[in-house]
Amino acid sequence: MSVQNFPPIYSTVVEIFQWLKSVYKNISFPEKGSCLSSGRSLAPRGRRSCSSIGCIVSVPFGSHNNVWSTGRDPAIWEADTDAVYAALSHHLWSTFTAPEAKSSNEDLKEMLESNKESLKLEAMKRVVGLIAKGKNASELFPAVVKNVASKNIELKKLVYVYLVRYAEEQQDLALLSISTFQRALKEPNQFIRASALRVLSSIRVSIIVPIMMLAIKEASADMSPYVRKTAAHAIQKLYSLDPDQKEQLIEVIEKLLKDKSTLVAGSVVVAFDEVCPDRIDLIHKNYRKLCNLLVDVEEWGQVVIISMLTRYARTQFTSPWKEGAMFDEDNEKAFYESEEEKKDQTEATPYTMDPDHRLLLRNTKPLLQSRNTAVVMSVAQLYWHLAPKHEVNIVTKSLVRLLRSHREVQYIVLQNIATMSIQRKGMFEPFMKSFYVRSTDATHIKTLKFLFLRDSDAVFPFLFSSSQTYVKSQDKAFAAATIQAIGRCATDISEVTDTCLSGLVLLLSNRDETVVAESVVVIKKLLQTQPTQHSDIIKHMAKLFDNISVSMARASILWLMGEYCERVPKIAPDVLRKMAKTFTAEEDIVKLQTVNLAAKLYLTNSKQTKLLTQYILNLGKYDQSYDIRDRTRFVRQLIVPNEKSGALNKYARRILLAPKPAPMLESAFKDRDRFQLGTLSHSINSKATGYQELSDWPAVAPDQSVRNVEVVEPKPRNLNSESEEQSSDESDETSSDSGKSSSGSEKSSSESEPEQKKKTKTKKAPQKKSKAAAAVTAPSFGPVKTHELLHHMTGKGLSAKYHFPRQPCLYQPSMVAVQVILANSSDHSLEKIHIGDRSPAGLNIHCFNTIERLEPEASVTVSMGIDFSDSTQAANFQLCTKEDQFSVSIQPVVGELLMPSTMSEQDFSKEQGKLLGMNETSATVAMATANTSSQAVSKQVLSVANVGVVSSGPNDLHRFAGRTVSSGALVLVSLELKESSALLTINTEKSVMASMLLRDLKQALALA
Amino acid sequence: MIHSLFLINHSGDIFLEKHWKSVISHSVCDYFFEAKEKAVDPEDVPPVLQTPHHYLITVHRGKLFFLSVVQTEVPPLFVIEFLHRVADTFQDYFGECSESVIKDNVVTVYELLEEMLDNGFPLATESNVLKELIRPPTILRSVVNTLTGSSNVGDTLPTGQLSTIPWRRADVKYTNNEAYFDVIEEIDAILDKSGTTVFAEIQGVIEASVRLTGMPDLTLSFMNPRLLDDVSFHPCVRFKRWESERTLSFIPPDGNFTLMNYHVSSQNPVAIPVYVKQSISFFESGPCGRLDITIGPKQTMGKTVEALMVKIHMPKAVLSANLTATQGNYTYDLPNKVLVWDIGKLNPQKLPNLKGILSLQAGAPKPEDNPSLNIDLRIQQVAISGLKVSRLEMFGEKYKPFKGVKYVTKAGKFQFKCAALYEPFLLSFWTILFFYFTTF
Repeated sequence: MSVQNFPPIYSTVVEIFQWLKSVYKNISFPEKGSCLSSGRSLAPRGRRSCSSIGCIVSVPFGSHNNVWSTGRDPAIWEADTDAVYAALSHHLWSTFTAPEAKSSNEDLKEMLESNKESLKLEAMKRVVGLIAKGKNASELFPAVVKNVASKNIELKKLVYVYLVRYAEEQQDLALLSISTFQRALKEPNQFIRASALRVLSSIRVSIIVPIMMLAIKEASADMSPYVRKTAAHAIQKLYSLDPDQKEQLIEVIEKLLKDKSTLVAGSVVVAFDEVCPDRIDLIHKNYRKLCNLLVDVEEWGQVVIISMLTRYARTQFTSPWKEGAMFDEDNEKAFYESEEEKKDQTEATPYTMDPDHRLLLRNTKPLLQSRNTAVVMSVAQLYWHLAPKHEVNIVTKSLVRLLRSHREVQYIVLQNIATMSIQRKGMFEPFMKSFYVRSTDATHIKTLKFLFLRDSDAVFPFLFSSSQTYVKSQDKAFAAATIQAIGRCATDISEVTDTCLSGLVLLLSNRDETVVAESVVVIKKLLQTQPTQHSDIIKHMAKLFDNISVSMARASILWLMGEYCERVPKIAPDVLRKMAKTFTAEEDIVKLQTVNLAAKLYLTNSKQTKLLTQYILNLGKYDQSYDIRDRTRFVRQLIVPNEKSGALNKYARRILLAPKPAPMLESAFKDRDRFQLGTLSHSINSKATGYQELSDWPAVAPDQSVRNVEVVEPKPRNLNSESEEQSSDESDETSSDSGKSSSGSEKSSSESEPEQKKKTKTKKAPQKKSKAAAAVTAPSFGPVKTHELLHHMTGKGLSAKYHFPRQPCLYQPSMVAVQVILANSSDHSLEKIHIGDRSPAGLNIHCFNTIERLEPEASVTVSMGIDFSDSTQAANFQLCTKEDQFSVSIQPVVGELLMPSTMSEQDFSKEQGKLLGMNETSATVAMATANTSSQAVSKQVLSVANVGVVSSGPNDLHRFAGRTVSSGALVLVSLELKESSALLTINTEKSVMASMLLRDLKQALALA
Repeated sequence: MIHSLFLINHSGDIFLEKHWKSVISHSVCDYFFEAKEKAVDPEDVPPVLQTPHHYLITVHRGKLFFLSVVQTEVPPLFVIEFLHRVADTFQDYFGECSESVIKDNVVTVYELLEEMLDNGFPLATESNVLKELIRPPTILRSVVNTLTGSSNVGDTLPTGQLSTIPWRRADVKYTNNEAYFDVIEEIDAILDKSGTTVFAEIQGVIEASVRLTGMPDLTLSFMNPRLLDDVSFHPCVRFKRWESERTLSFIPPDGNFTLMNYHVSSQNPVAIPVYVKQSISFFESGPCGRLDITIGPKQTMGKTVEALMVKIHMPKAVLSANLTATQGNYTYDLPNKVLVWDIGKLNPQKLPNLKGILSLQAGAPKPEDNPSLNIDLRIQQVAISGLKVSRLEMFGEKYKPFKGVKYVTKAGKFQFKCAALYEPFLLSFWTILFFYFTTF
């Protein structure tokens, strides 16, 4: 590092150097009078101090200075000062035992400046103790920072802790430590490099931004993934220190995103989220890699990657939720519609899931089994936000499991479950019993559980019988919540309203005040929704009125009386009479309702209540509360006609006794679905800083090909292999953490874990790619057979060849992909090459775009899709140029009409069991000797048919599975090896295909 | 991510603070104290609090509050899970997670926190990695440390291996190679007064203690994996193998760890090991009540029920209990209103009984509800679900390890409700109407 790059540092360091000299004179030399003042001790201490200054300051000036500082080992002169140490430690221990004697910081300073490691360590421990307690230890900075280059690892670590804490406050002094870190960044031990980078980046001093930038760049290319991980963390620190570095940091992030180490993935995604969450283009190329690595990433990384991918997927894929099928209810509606309509509907919106979308869902699913609750929750929210509606249910069981965890976890999970169950009733019904409220639950857990129970209508009887116990619970807040929940049930489910009401009325005679009050309030709301039949309940409430002292309840009863005074014409005036007596002693809210009641009664029954009303209005006129005085004045003007009041009192009746809409009793979780599940914002129900909105699905999916990665053509053997390969073959292929190289067999027992892990990956890879139609990465098995489509003689110079690339077709999933190589062997250029008429007429072909011009000797490869409808009938069409038309035909081989299918051995056997009898075709094949190894067998079978290998044990039974491209019917091939022959069995419902496939396979296995 | 951490004891003192980014004044905790004031019970403090500039996420463990401050959006479970992991690590290092222990080991705690988070994002949380970086204190080492002044930080830094298997260090050596597994099952049940099961389920956990040399690769298979309904694993377990073969295949961490948690599918009926005959009643007249409880064995799979304990949360009005127990002894914790009857071993010939008088506060109304009984018990050598490990195989190393599996059944949240679950609510609306007319 040269000095020209950092002029500000240069000047500061020089200044500090001078300043420090003076400090050191003041600090380390004046201890005359203490036991350190002997001549013997002073000399080495002085030298020591100087040398440490030297070493600290030297590097910014240029690395050649290092020689001076490192050449001198403090231990050399430490050896001859034993006597001094003895005296020193004695002195210090005596100060320990009498801490009041001196201020403790003075002691610490002395200890830190001593020569003995153990004393320094002891001092540092005490300093850290001070920091931990939140006490200020900043004045020790000069003494501490000198020890940054210590050889003792623990001392060094503690100094790091101190530096990170105080560097921001003491920026100038902190600079003195920088050189040490710069040197440590070159250490051979990865942990030293990493911790140096950590501390360097944690020193929040803006002047060192360029140094940090350089260090991050270097570390991001480090050999050790651990250091690269630290670099990813450092990116965020630097960004928060100096946002201007954004562009450069994005470059580093881009580089680190390509990293294949599982250790780095999580951290770099955090950095991505923090620095440039909108640069979604950086993710494209790494999307599939991240999906595939996900299972092996450490837990914390999984959480951030999953939530980032959720957001990503929402911008890149189209919605898997069919139109109008947002909720289950709607689905039901669709179900009852007539058959034809339904058909139309489904045909109108054909939806096929993007294979990458599927890949994400599939790879996150196993993580539901994680022990980390945060991981489970993030997978659950991913499914909630991304999966087709019918697949979401797989997360419920795991979420219910989380309810067994700590109280805090329950709290968050219940919140999320509540939101989910509001949108999709019945989702958690099978697990209802797990939500049974226990007396030992904390109040907010109980309340949440209850809220949730309420939202699931079907469990009403269960809820109701248990709520009775809950109401009696000693926990009053919870009892209140229960009553509210009953109220909500009653409004939502009309059949049970009566039962609920009667239950609530019973509660009115409860001895507990809060219960009664809550019941009244809820009853009020309920009656409002259907007031017609319930005058008797109002009467009962009026009777209880004297015993109720909670003002909210009293007010509610008064309001009810007023509102329905015509239904209880005898009681209402009586209540008003009682209220007139106690008016002055009531709370404001009750007084207001009394005034209301008086007004309403005056309008309906003025004969009986005129005097009472006047009396109450007079009382209200002189009330202390201006609210009540206001209301009284208003009511008086409204109901009592006089000259001033004008037209208004004609309408008094219509104003006061207008029919009022019933209140909606809604769950508190109604509006939480605007936030992504599992987020902080969802939990607090308001937007947290840095919350990133989950975008809506795009109407049209953006270009899928952006996620394609150019892969190095894998060795074919590698892909065929099931278990027989030895890892040595591939040792050159990738570095140890790439996660891509191949591996050894299951049986070879001397293998270590990483190889094992990688093995499963290799196994996964081909299946995944081929089945899921990861377009470009689909591997080609064995040599590709090319067929002639048009000879150049017949084609007047235009020749065409085709082959089956065995990729899932990009255009339609039911099509087989065909690649056509067009070449011009004539001496003039051909124009407008395109596809003309086709036969049979209904043949579904996706044509290539017209080629405007093909120069002589040039060739071009185009891809088309043909729907063969699972038959080997040839597809005939015309290949046209500007001048001519040539009839050509593509004759598919039966094996090419398949696509590989992934399944386990068990599934295979299960499926095979379903396809017996007519659906089974078998034959004995005489095997060529070269074909007896399982590797060769696989190779031969795969060369004939595009099927997937089913992993199985080390026996002589080989299994392959595929599906037909058009109809998706299963084709299961099993081959049982016996000495020189083999029993070949094909199970499929497409019996014609089976016999053709059998013939082809037989040929291939016998020959070769 | 996580900005700062404060450790707070029950009396509301902040006794440790750690900042991973810039320093946040501890006055931010005032919002938490405010919420704590409002809550009746420390358990009732909401785990997520919002303040004008920060968000506070708190977990409550062992009478301590771990309060973390976050400034930006982060999945709350992420923080909660991490804080619990911190508490687990303390437990692992110091044997318990309490204020005094943390204060005694403040330097180690600080070093741990430093290693566990970088810039607020978890860095090393696996106990194996941590133990290599920072050695846990032992009595011997602390004596040696005070004598020689050496430290508990590893002298040599770990050399590698971090990238591949974070949960296991290289070069593990033992003279005795052993692998022990404890299958522990807990019954969660709620039974009503008549002894009918309202709700019952079994949760299980497999705790492992593996001390094996080198890099062993273990495979654990069950006789009846169908019993397992929902499982969660330690990260070492290979998901794929479980999905395809229903066996646990893993390279174990060194030492003690939780291999898996499981839930037994609810189709199978749950055996309830004990029954309770009980009557608790409070007299309408006079400030006292009567209590009579008898416990007997029910479905115990032929094993003895041990460590039997009954816990009753009494209504607030109960002042004291004057009881006689035929077996074991009882205590009544007045401030918390909890009656604990420690029975011990259950003898089927002579059933334990607890009988006597409860005295109530004079003048207090008769408690409305009868308290429910929480039962604690333990049955050795049996997993109540019937789960059995069929075999444990080891690959990758040549030696023969000692293997062992132990089964224990415990009561989890095992509750007998005393209140009847019917009556008033089932009265029809018309009955009530009738009632009103007659009384009016």
